[in-house]
Formats: sequence, C-alpha cells, structure tokens
Amino acid sequence: MKRFDLSLLFLSVWKRNLIVYRRIWKVNFMVPLFEPLFYLAAFGIGLSGLIGDVVYAGQDLSYIQFIAPALLATSVMFNAFFETTFSSFVRMYYQKTFDAMLSTPLSLEEVITAEIVWGATMSMLAATIILFIISVLGFVVYPWGLLVIPLGFLGGLAFGSMGMFFTGIVPSINMFNLPMFLVVTPLFLFSGTFFPVSGLPFWGQYLAGISPLYHLVELTRLLTMGIMESSPFISIAYLTGFALVFYFLAIRAMRKRLIK
Amino acid sequence: MMKADIPVIEALDLSKRFGSFTAVQDVSLQVEKGEFFGLLGPNGAGKTSIIRMMYGFSPLSSGNMKLFGLDIRTGWREIRSKIGVCQQENTLDPDLSVEKNLLVFAGYYKMSRKKAVRRTDELLDFFALNHKRQAQVSQLSGGMVRRLMLARTLINDPSLIILDEPTTGLDPQSRHQVWDKLRDLRSKGLTLVLTTHYMEEAASLCDRLIIMDRGRILVEGNPEELISKYAGASVVELENPGEDLKTFIREKQIRHEELMNRIIIYTDDSEGLGKAIRERFCPEKCLFRSGTLEDVFLRLTGRELRE
Repeated sequence: MKRFDLSLLFLSVWKRNLIVYRRIWKVNFMVPLFEPLFYLAAFGIGLSGLIGDVVYAGQDLSYIQFIAPALLATSVMFNAFFETTFSSFVRMYYQKTFDAMLSTPLSLEEVITAEIVWGATMSMLAATIILFIISVLGFVVYPWGLLVIPLGFLGGLAFGSMGMFFTGIVPSINMFNLPMFLVVTPLFLFSGTFFPVSGLPFWGQYLAGISPLYHLVELTRLLTMGIMESSPFISIAYLTGFALVFYFLAIRAMRKRLIK
Repeated sequence: MMKADIPVIEALDLSKRFGSFTAVQDVSLQVEKGEFFGLLGPNGAGKTSIIRMMYGFSPLSSGNMKLFGLDIRTGWREIRSKIGVCQQENTLDPDLSVEKNLLVFAGYYKMSRKKAVRRTDELLDFFALNHKRQAQVSQLSGGMVRRLMLARTLINDPSLIILDEPTTGLDPQSRHQVWDKLRDLRSKGLTLVLTTHYMEEAASLCDRLIIMDRGRILVEGNPEELISKYAGASVVELENPGEDLKTFIREKQIRHEELMNRIIIYTDDSEGLGKAIRERFCPEKCLFRSGTLEDVFLRLTGRELRE
C-alpha cells in the first residue's frame, strides 16, 4: 500500500455524513443558531453596561460589536472540533463505520480526510448562520463579510484536523475531556475573544500569537469590520500551516490506531 | 478479462506478526474460481488475520498475497472493488435506514445512482428485507442484521465474497436461511471464503477447507476426505467404559480418545468392529453415529480451552 493514497472518492464518505445530517438537520441547525445568540445576550447586553467601550486597533467599539466576530470564530472552532472528536470517535469505535469503509475501495486517508472536511463543512455552515445573525445586528460590512464563509471552512480544517489527531490517540471517549480542558478552553478564553490582546503584557501577546483561534478571530474581525491588529497574511499562513501539520499528524495517528 | 487458470486467491508463505507474537506463520493456500473455501480453527488460530490480509486491511509481515492475479500491496483498490467482505462484528451504519445502508455503501464503489438503486432493490428482495426498507438498523433482529450485512457484501456484484463467521449468534432458522442463500449464490458461479466455528456449516457449504491452529495449517482437504481420514465412517461413544473394553480397543489398535469418563471410538465399519463393540460391550448408554467434521476438528486441535 502506498504511504499516502488520496482520491476524490473521499467525497462519498462526506456525502454519507451529509445524508445523516439531513435526517435531523432541524435539530442540528438550532445549535449554531441559538448558541451565539445566548452569548451575545449574556455578554453583549449583560456585560457591556459594566465594561463600556473597547479600544481595538485604534477604534472605539461597543463590547457587543467587539465580541460578535469572535463568537463566530469560536463557533467555527467548536463545530469542527466536536465533529472530529466525539462524533468521529463514535463512528470509529462504537459503530465500526470506518472498519466497514476500509473493506471497500476507500483508503484510510480518504476516510479521515472526509471526516475532517465534513467537520470543516459544519464550521462553514455555523459561520454562515452566525454571519447572518450579526449582519442583522449591523456588525458586518459587505461584500467583504461574505469571505467569512470560506474562512470558516479554513478554520474548520485547522480545528477539525486537531480534533482528529486527538481521536487518533485518546484511549476512550471520556478522555476527550483532557484536550477540551487543556487546549480548547484556554484557546476559547485567551485568543483575543473577550478582551483585546494588545492590552496584555508582551508574554501574553506572544502566547496569543501561537493560538490558531487568535488568528481566526483576527481574520474574522478584518472581514466583518475592516480592522485588525495583526497581519492578515501571517494569520492566513499560520492557520494553513496549522491545518496541514495536524492533518498529517491525524492521518499518522489514525493509521497507527486502525491498521493492525 | 480474468483467465480461467488464474486462481482467485493465491497466498504464498504468508506470515503476520504483532511484535513478538506470530498470528500467522508460513501459510500458503489457493482458492479457485467458483470454489467455496473454509478456514477453520479455534479462537486465535489466525483465521481473521488471514482474512484481513486478503482484503488489504492488514499489511503482510512477509509472504505474498494475490487476488485475481493482482498483488494486494499494489492492487488493493482494484481488488477491493471486485470483492465483498462481511466482517465478524455488525458494521452496519446505525445512522442510516436499511435501504440507505445499501445505497450509501454503493457510493463507496463509485456506483452510478441508477445501478445502486437497481442493485439495492434486487438485494432487498433476495434477502427478504423489502418490508424493512425504511427501518433503522437498531430495529432489526439478529437474523435480519446478518442478512443485511450479506446484502451489503454483495452490493458491488463481487466475484469473490469473504465471510468472517457469517452465522454466529443466529437461530437455526436464520442460519439455514443464510445457507440457502449462499448455495443459491454458488449456483451463480460466486467464489466464497468463509470462517466459522460451526463444523456443520463448513461441512455442508465448503468444497474444500483448511483447519488451522496457532497460526499454521494442520490439514487441508474436502470435508468427506478429512472425515474418513481422521474420524472414520462411524463413531461409538460410551460413558464409563469398563477395563475389558479398554483392553479390547488397545489390542485391536482401534483409534480412540479417552476423556474424563467417556470414551470415543473411531471405527471403520468395514471390519465390523462397530458391531463387535455393540454386541460385547454395549448393553446400554452407547451412542452410535457417523463421523463428523467436529470429530476431525477436535482430534486435530485438541480439547483444551484456548482463551
């Protein structure tokens, strides 16, 4: 068997996930629709009175306007990460779906790629729904705002690959608590989501710079409001590089896990 | 096109090692077109390891494996498009309906929508699952799950199917139904490789089989040959045999096995030994039956538990 074997046949697995998703799409739709609304209500309306305006990239923004793009970005992260951890793990371990697929002309790379691309698709869908919500609130400048949709896909590939890597190495489904607690939660809180990174001391800014979510948040602010505090090229390169590294790590971990 | 003289499966000196454990050692076998071939052996004998190497799931540790004349290492994708595999566990997709299980699986073989629908209809008919078309997999009985697994195995119209314990856990009705379906497929020229723990299943379905233990092949042959060679035409079982019988058997050098408080005597009825035993030593509690594949299996692989 070749070391790396990928063809467009992976789309058949992606389609399988789409068919399952469509069966309960109304329920699936609710989460990305309502979750950011809850956050916007709690933080934007509840907290903004206490906080007042936020200075970001030299501009005064209301707190709700500041966090709206960040909530979109975190939703991109959560959707892909959940899909390639909990959901993929169930398919792989409990449902033996991958075992069945690997008796057909599908390669391991195709199965894993399809799962990650599916996670990215979920992210893109969440990005689209939230983009609509924050557009209604008047926080999006068009036509650039539309680029948030492909950005959601790129972010989904990055966090989906990271999730799939964890799926390749966790011994049991409960162990996902560990990457959730040690990786995803800190990313969620310290990536310029709820406060500007520019207000942090140097080491804090440095740490935020390693966070893929920070770069996704920055790019989302750029595309929705036209302003950001860092360079868009560095952020795009970082996200792409992060996605690629974890994609290959995920394939390697899954090969080790599944092929005996 | 495949020439008639190329074997469907050709394995040469196949070995599979997991670290220091050798699961399969130097196994060579050949399966011809249209043959029903059985792989028998106790748990851990290496049957599933061989099967996984056959469909290119497990890399070979050493040796060669060719299907349809194609090397599994390089031709795995083409090979898998021509075969159907029915794994031991239920690997049906619980997120999909019965019908969608087949349609979606057809997609993994790049089948056109039209052909997939036609094939799905045929197979649901053939396996009597039409009435469950829209049901979820979790609503099916054990027998129906197996039938759907078999239907899915056939979705790509394979010329070889590989079945790993296809009837384990089924009730006798379901089992016989599966056998009937497989015989029906044999008449259409399908080649089949099967592992099973049911000797009756192997004896009634397989043209040829191997019995393996601890990663090696012990014997190979057709079921009748193996029975007459290793078990004999008739078997006598007695409980609490007396010393006089044991002496008689030893003197006549009759093949037998002494168990805890039972003796099993394998006789070849041509010498009339069965009759002699019946008249002299069997006033009661004596079972006369013909030799079976199970006798062969137990004689060759022993009676101690494996796991």
